[in-house]
Amino acid sequence: MNEDVVIKTDKLTKRFGNFIATNEISFEVYAGEIFGFLGANGAGKTTAIKMLCGLLAPSSGQATIAGYDIYRQTEKIKQNIGYMSQKFSLYEDLTVMENIRFFGGIYGLKARELREKSIELVETLGLESESNKLVGSIPLGWKQKLAFSVAIIHQPKIVFLDEPTGGVDPITRRQFWDMIYRAADRGITIFVTTHYMDEAEYCNRISIMVDGSIRALDTPYKLKQQFAAQSMDEVFFELARGGKKAE
Amino acid sequence: MEDVMIHNLVKTYNKQTVKAVNDVSLTVRKGELFGLIGPDGAGKSSIFRILTTLMLPDSGLASVCGLDIRKDYKKIRRIAGYMPGKFSLYQDLTVEENLHFFAAVFLTTVRENYDLVKDIYEQIEPFKTRRAGDLSGGMKQKLALCCALIHRPTILFLDEPTTGVDAVSRKEFWEMLKRLKEQGITIMVSTPYMDEAKLCDRIGLLQAGSIMSVDSPDQIIRNYPHRLFAVKAEGMSRLQQVLRQSMIIKSCYSFGDYHHVTLQEETLKTIDGSELTERLTNVLKQSGFIDVEVKSITPGIEDCFIDLMKQS
Repeated sequence: MNEDVVIKTDKLTKRFGNFIATNEISFEVYAGEIFGFLGANGAGKTTAIKMLCGLLAPSSGQATIAGYDIYRQTEKIKQNIGYMSQKFSLYEDLTVMENIRFFGGIYGLKARELREKSIELVETLGLESESNKLVGSIPLGWKQKLAFSVAIIHQPKIVFLDEPTGGVDPITRRQFWDMIYRAADRGITIFVTTHYMDEAEYCNRISIMVDGSIRALDTPYKLKQQFAAQSMDEVFFELARGGKKAE
Repeated sequence: MEDVMIHNLVKTYNKQTVKAVNDVSLTVRKGELFGLIGPDGAGKSSIFRILTTLMLPDSGLASVCGLDIRKDYKKIRRIAGYMPGKFSLYQDLTVEENLHFFAAVFLTTVRENYDLVKDIYEQIEPFKTRRAGDLSGGMKQKLALCCALIHRPTILFLDEPTTGVDAVSRKEFWEMLKRLKEQGITIMVSTPYMDEAKLCDRIGLLQAGSIMSVDSPDQIIRNYPHRLFAVKAEGMSRLQQVLRQSMIIKSCYSFGDYHHVTLQEETLKTIDGSELTERLTNVLKQSGFIDVEVKSITPGIEDCFIDLMKQS
């Protein structure tokens, strides 16, 4: 694995009034790595991701994303990342092709590049006969695969995936991870959150957040050793159970 | 006695172009904790909305506690508790106000049925003056459950109560369901998380509108028709590619830190069962893998679901 650092945070913190959502988190993510970002609901994951994507200014601490400063260069950050979540990924009332063109345009692809890429993408996904159908009418599994492909259409340095596989069937869920591996092989760094603990095993390294802080960060193998656990489920349970501050 | 009976239920949307529920039949017994397991789009919510009389099916029969969903819908609404998948309480009422409102709508009081919700309500009571819209996900879910219970329903319909909820909170939620079941309430619950299946008395596996199997989790696992192996080695991604290309392998899927593997029928015939793990280990070592581990395992519900999906 390439040891270039693409995400680096140093005591990154976000306060909302008296509430500390993200509390001095420091970590590094390397190029081409699949990095699992785990934590219980309310642990501060979403706040952290918003800061890393340049959408929310931190209260204190430092971070660089793809080499750009999280305070001063948020526009540069946005050009160099992709984002996909289960909740928001594509426009349901645009067709497959319209969504690809729209997001490709937003991500800054030139007209010709976009034309080529969109045809290529539809072919790779086997969506030729669906390309003029509304996204709202295609099955969820296809939607999620399309959303992921669109999120990396501009070959970003990093893609943020926020619970990308929620609710999809077990076969599609695994096909989705095949796509994640292929993107990582092409050098795209994957930053992913999930509630499926088996998926935690598919990551190169994992961090687990509890009450705003990162309580553990290592490979799944080493985390299991450290907590004398059989599975990531046990590791997560051990850590997250101790948390749960007043919500 | 059956608290839910569904017979040949069909529901289509969009001028019959989308078949959401496709000839589904199942029963839920009195006092049972029944799980409807399947991904988004499987038809879980449609079945719930038909049973709670919010929507009529195209065809087929359904009854709740002996009451017909078409004729006796008013009676069903009195005895059923329903927690929809989408948070549907009043966001601008406080925790306490929501609970009193739902009690009043069902012509009862919070005091009368407090014993039933006490365990759950106590966890959110410190925030009883907070607006429901300002609660965290976990607390919203607990309040919704309290409101679904406050009229002491005979049967409880919970549509994906744990979706998007972390592993720890999910375990807590299932503990609550277990205690409600002990009080004699029949519970029908849906979930996309296969690991929750084993916490139900019986489950229905639902995919693309059709029931693939209805039985106890143990029985569904016993019905799994293949011998299953867990395989691990250094380089899991390459291992999967090699296994999938191998002539003797029928299927190979990632499951956490192992791949789950079934073998072709012909292979199983020619090799003595006890030697299989050894043979598989040797084949992989010859392909250059190190730290190879192969073991024979009992399938989980997710293995069964994948297998049933491929059969249909």
